[in-house]
Amino acid sequence: MNTLQWQIATITKITPETAKVKSFTLSLPGWIKHRAGQHYDLRLTAPDGYRAQRSYSIASAPERTGEIDLTIERVEDGEVSTFLHQVVVPGDRVEVRGPIGGYFVWDATTSGGPVLLVAGGSGVVPMMSMLRHRAAVGAKVPVRLLYSSRTYDDVIYREELASLATGGVEIFHTLTRSQPAGWTGYARRIDDTMLAEVSRPFGASALTFICGPTPLVESAATSLERASLRADRIKTERFGPTGT
Amino acid sequence: MRANEELTLDGNAVGGLLDEVFGADLTAAVGTCPDCGRRDALATLRAYTYAPGVVLRCPGCDGVQLVIVRTPRGLRHQLRSVIERR
Repeated sequence: MNTLQWQIATITKITPETAKVKSFTLSLPGWIKHRAGQHYDLRLTAPDGYRAQRSYSIASAPERTGEIDLTIERVEDGEVSTFLHQVVVPGDRVEVRGPIGGYFVWDATTSGGPVLLVAGGSGVVPMMSMLRHRAAVGAKVPVRLLYSSRTYDDVIYREELASLATGGVEIFHTLTRSQPAGWTGYARRIDDTMLAEVSRPFGASALTFICGPTPLVESAATSLERASLRADRIKTERFGPTGT
Repeated sequence: MRANEELTLDGNAVGGLLDEVFGADLTAAVGTCPDCGRRDALATLRAYTYAPGVVLRCPGCDGVQLVIVRTPRGLRHQLRSVIERR
């Protein structure tokens, strides 16, 4: 088994995360340990041979063997995500290959720290693999996650993130569209001031990962570079709403 | 521009395809844009995957760095950037 070989994964569990996001647990006959931040390619083949392929970030920790979780947002008119959300049931099988990616990856035992994570929407998925990985290996490296969602109900992994925010992990939420009564987090789009506040304790050497829609990723990366974070310590992953 | 920009993925998403073409995961390899000289990981290139094929463009000047097309006779690619494998 190598990472380029397509294999048939069985979907063993589907967990709703928000109204538009579900996590799919895939049991893999050819499981290969991934690095936090990597993705799998998933493809669907129609009876007439038409194929659609997407890449989806792994949400689970590398330390979980034999299976992975992919957390997938349903995209308007998205032919793959819509199928996965509306048609697939546990026991169904899909074709996948991976793990893939050597750039947007983090190893808690060798990558050093501190680590700054900036996520928008389902851009939090690879960050979740990193946080679960950190917890699974008992790493102490300080991590701060700044996570932008539209509303409180759109926050993916809300409860698990709250439980992970301990022992050197700090989580900062911003809700851009509406906020519940008594909300004490940020309440606007990610901007220079917010990034400066969250990144300041880590100084200029923080290893930074930014993942989300293209405009968020580009503005956050530019803003952090202006704030003198080293550009070669900033890693980005962009996705368009109709793709992943 | 905005709508098109929002459809954009980046080089991370085509890591598997790069591996198929070059036999290694090149998302962390550094490419130099032949047009503006920008040097960065291939993961940072803009990936247009909704054409019949994949086009990787420089995020600095929009110059085409790599085109990959799957044909009935196999994968075809045209490489314009200089790639340093690490």
